[in-house]
Amino acid sequence: MNFEEHAAKPLLAARGIAVPRGGLARTPDEAAEVAEAIGAVVVKAQVPAGKRGKAGGIKLAATAEQARSHARAIIGMEIAGHKVEKVLIEEHVPIERELYAAVLNDPSSKGPLVMFSTAGGMDIEEVAATAPGKLRRQPVDIRRGFSRADAGTLIRGLALGAAEAKVADALTRLYEAYAAFDAELLEINPLVITRDGRVVALDCKFVMDDCAIVRQPDLARAGTPEKLTGLEATARAAGLKYIDLEGNVGVLANGAGLTMTTMDMVRHHGGRPANFLEIGGEAYTQAKPALELLLSKPGVRSLVINFCGAFARTDVMTQGVIEAIEALKPALPIFFSVHGTGDEEAVKLLKERLGVTPLATMDDACRAAVAAAK
Amino acid sequence: MIIRATDRVLVMGITGKQGTFWTERMQAYGTRIVAGTHPTKAGGLHCGVPVFATARDAMKGAGFDVAVLFIPPLMVKEAALDAIEAGARGLVVLTEHIPVQDVMHFVAAAKERGARILGPNTAGAVTPGECFAGFMPAFNERVFRKGSIGVISRSGSLGVLFCLNVVQAGYGISAFVGIGGDPIIGTTTREALADLDAFPGTEAVVMVGEIGGSMEEEAAVYARTMVKPVVAFIAGGAAPAGRKMGHAGAIVMGNKGSHASKCSALEAAEVTVLDTPSDVGAALKARLGR
Repeated sequence: MNFEEHAAKPLLAARGIAVPRGGLARTPDEAAEVAEAIGAVVVKAQVPAGKRGKAGGIKLAATAEQARSHARAIIGMEIAGHKVEKVLIEEHVPIERELYAAVLNDPSSKGPLVMFSTAGGMDIEEVAATAPGKLRRQPVDIRRGFSRADAGTLIRGLALGAAEAKVADALTRLYEAYAAFDAELLEINPLVITRDGRVVALDCKFVMDDCAIVRQPDLARAGTPEKLTGLEATARAAGLKYIDLEGNVGVLANGAGLTMTTMDMVRHHGGRPANFLEIGGEAYTQAKPALELLLSKPGVRSLVINFCGAFARTDVMTQGVIEAIEALKPALPIFFSVHGTGDEEAVKLLKERLGVTPLATMDDACRAAVAAAK
Repeated sequence: MIIRATDRVLVMGITGKQGTFWTERMQAYGTRIVAGTHPTKAGGLHCGVPVFATARDAMKGAGFDVAVLFIPPLMVKEAALDAIEAGARGLVVLTEHIPVQDVMHFVAAAKERGARILGPNTAGAVTPGECFAGFMPAFNERVFRKGSIGVISRSGSLGVLFCLNVVQAGYGISAFVGIGGDPIIGTTTREALADLDAFPGTEAVVMVGEIGGSMEEEAAVYARTMVKPVVAFIAGGAAPAGRKMGHAGAIVMGNKGSHASKCSALEAAEVTVLDTPSDVGAALKARLGR
């Protein structure tokens, strides 16, 4: 789950990392009001996406009037597919130096990774690609955590001067926040040293681990819900993993890998998948609602139903599919491929109830569905 | 981690519906189940084996090598640490949706104690003709005939499809290693590849990956050093960027984790990369010469 800047910064502040003074505004008037109390400000579009500055979503304002007019321009803009509904108005901090600091889950070391760079304010993937020497990385044993001494070691020799102790302190606190808030990414870019020697987080990106939402529900309420289409929202509410795509060949399969592969094979055989819909794991008993959902999607011309049972029993999934087909009597052609746990029973059920024989391979089923959709 | 017939297996959460269902199947297939756990049901027998409150008690009372966990997401960390502290050689963590920081915690503990972990979010492991751990249709002869091809998969269902295709092509499976679909897992593709490289009776490896992360790229570096041929398939070529495709680990961010990046790294390592799972038999024939 993504958190917008205005929702992420209070989390840093709660852990003792300095952030600029400011407030959230939903209208130009509110923006002017916040700016009035501060002086020179930065007006920042609030969307769960990066590169807001390049998109024109971040502007300096010397006066409250300027803040008002910038807010008027920014509210309503579209940035990376998100409509801007609010702006963060913050004091303009005089910058001496821009740094980068982050803690994230690292699959390679199988633990947290603290990253630090003196090339702050830039796209960090670009820094990693063009000047890897400027990016310091420290894998952490999560059982021991990241101490002040560890932070000191990570930033040693970078000529941070009088601010060095404050930067080390901020890094330690950043790690604590990462651990406390079940972050999968907590990033400050830039972390700045101000002309008067303070260390301040000018921006913050926080992505919370979706699997931890159930144990931190209060925290998660401040996050930005994922942008979903109508069908995606219906599916989510029903506990189904569904993603809308542009094509016309509907896909229903069990397990993430098999479902992706079914989409791939539709494309491989010259078609366009209409969706991702999987009923693997515990959801394998949900075949009936899943198929009903898929049949309600406009523009779907044919369906591939591809089951390969491991944990998910193909006979149970097939039973659900048959019930949905008997209830809704869809007119569009449906092609089956069924293998693995429970397949003998599943094939028998399809023959008896629908008079259908599954195709020999998933390729055959995808090829047939693509041809039928044309 | 490759599970063997001699391994003594502890089933944690044995009394639940899934624990019971799959314990019976594992027993029928030949897995040496020696005990189970349930925090409040210690003392009795379930599926014919003694139930203990903890893995540590089970180690004292019965002794075991591998723990298979049928445990709800928020309780896995404690159960896994229990098994590791008890001295398990391996853990098979089937559960999906475990908070990632919990996973990192028990993976670090396992590394320190020299224990191996498969998963989380794996369907398990099968060594045909010997035993299996988890929820795989090992007993289905059309999917798991004994043979000489090792199979690694992040996905259980797609792994089943590949084993089926390998068997239909006239080969058999030496071992199936389900590594799991989570972003952080105990045994990476590269480590599983090394295990199968060293596993006697394995002549070639089929590696079934998917978009997200950089495990396949890292495995490619190892594959380059192997004498045994490797054939690979990467799922998710048709997936849109920036969306989690069912598995928490299956997401493309920028260029990272993309289908193209994985395929080109594997091809550069002389791995045969398949366009479709149906081609696996032909690719093995081309690489093995028979």
